[in-house]
Amino acid sequence: MSLWEYANPKKFLTTSERIMPFVWAVSLACLAVGLIWGFFFTPDDYKQGSTVKIIYLHVPAALMAINAWLMMLVASLIWLIRRHHVSALAARAAAPVGAVMTLIALVTGAIWGQPMWGTWWEWDPRLTSFLILFLFYLGYIALWEAIDNPDTAADLTSVLCLVGSVFAVLSRYAVNFWNQGLHQGASVMRVGAVTGSDTAEKVSNVFFYPLLTCIVGFVLLFVALVLYRTGTEIRARRIKALLARERIAS
Amino acid sequence: MIALLARDMKLALRAGGGFGLGLAFFLIVTVLVPLGVGPQSALLATIAPGILWLGALLACLLSLDRLLALDWEDGSLDLLATAPLPLEAAVTMKALAHWITTGLPLVLAAPVLGVLLNLPGPGFLWLVVSLALGTPALSVIGTFGAALTVGLKRGGLLLSLLVLPLYVPTLIFGAEVARRGAIGMDIATPVLMLAGITAATIALLPFASAAVLRVNLR
Repeated sequence: MSLWEYANPKKFLTTSERIMPFVWAVSLACLAVGLIWGFFFTPDDYKQGSTVKIIYLHVPAALMAINAWLMMLVASLIWLIRRHHVSALAARAAAPVGAVMTLIALVTGAIWGQPMWGTWWEWDPRLTSFLILFLFYLGYIALWEAIDNPDTAADLTSVLCLVGSVFAVLSRYAVNFWNQGLHQGASVMRVGAVTGSDTAEKVSNVFFYPLLTCIVGFVLLFVALVLYRTGTEIRARRIKALLARERIAS
Repeated sequence: MIALLARDMKLALRAGGGFGLGLAFFLIVTVLVPLGVGPQSALLATIAPGILWLGALLACLLSLDRLLALDWEDGSLDLLATAPLPLEAAVTMKALAHWITTGLPLVLAAPVLGVLLNLPGPGFLWLVVSLALGTPALSVIGTFGAALTVGLKRGGLLLSLLVLPLYVPTLIFGAEVARRGAIGMDIATPVLMLAGITAATIALLPFASAAVLRVNLR
């Protein structure tokens, strides 16, 4: 029993179909609980008022925007090295989801920034690098759409994903250098704060637990969406193959 | 390698377009900016480094879709791929030819256009240095983009979408060198970063470009 068995499309489909209902259910339950808990049963922040509650959408979406690209990077590497079609299709399936997550993070950030920073948009390093990440997603999706031959498309987009990752990280540090930030630093996950050895500022537990629930919900939502979309891609590929076979036969 | 370089440069020079077009585009962008933002010389002096960098970047972008497309159409790319010369070297030479025909003229023309935009005195040297350091990276990255889209019928727009995000770090550090040079600030860090990016892209990206070209030639 090895992990690579799931590279077989059939095995992948049956397994993913078996686990998908649970992933969907847990994800939606976490999201419902986390969002309702966060929106209605947490106190307002003493400084930010009720606007602080957008954190329950903003932070998980931003987290998944980066992790989706990371997942595409791993899937691209697997495709380039071991040539498993499911892997390439999973990378393709994840791209639009990641792009939407990036968009959610940008839009919720803008909505929060308007009352808090007094501006919808600011050329802050984090905001700028997220915008650049969004452009990378767009280019990646556009390249997939533009190429007819599926294997060529998978190869080219995989290389683009690798090169793009390097440049995305480079851009992240370049914009850091270019402009000092307005965005607050990481305050959700602090190793020191969790172990209690550090008195640094950290999100209070009142906000942290619903936020954690939302993050779990978003992660599972992403997994469910990618599994679902990969399944769709596999089936679309099969239909294409069947049609081609029929055309040859007739 | 030298023969390939000479051939590409000859083609670019004689076929028209390549050599003059980028420069003309650079000139027009520089002329249009004051028309758009107004002729106040103080304002122009502050934005001059950024405008010149953006103009050079767009002029580079303009000629990218012809970089490999012509060789792709007449089949000389297939010959190059089967030649004893490694494809990586051929791609590097292509990028070098692109730089000599597009990047180098831009570097040389930039001071003249700097005068038009009222660039402050100390800025000229660092503008030329930053462009000379940065434009090779633009050519190499552009070659990668051209190799990605070479098989596509209407690759031009897609090429811009793919290449522009990759240009971000080069643009940031390049424009920062020119801006800091113009106002007399310390430029050591951005110059080193810019040189580092250029060196790394020249060293590594030809492998990606050649890999992508092989996929496209399959």
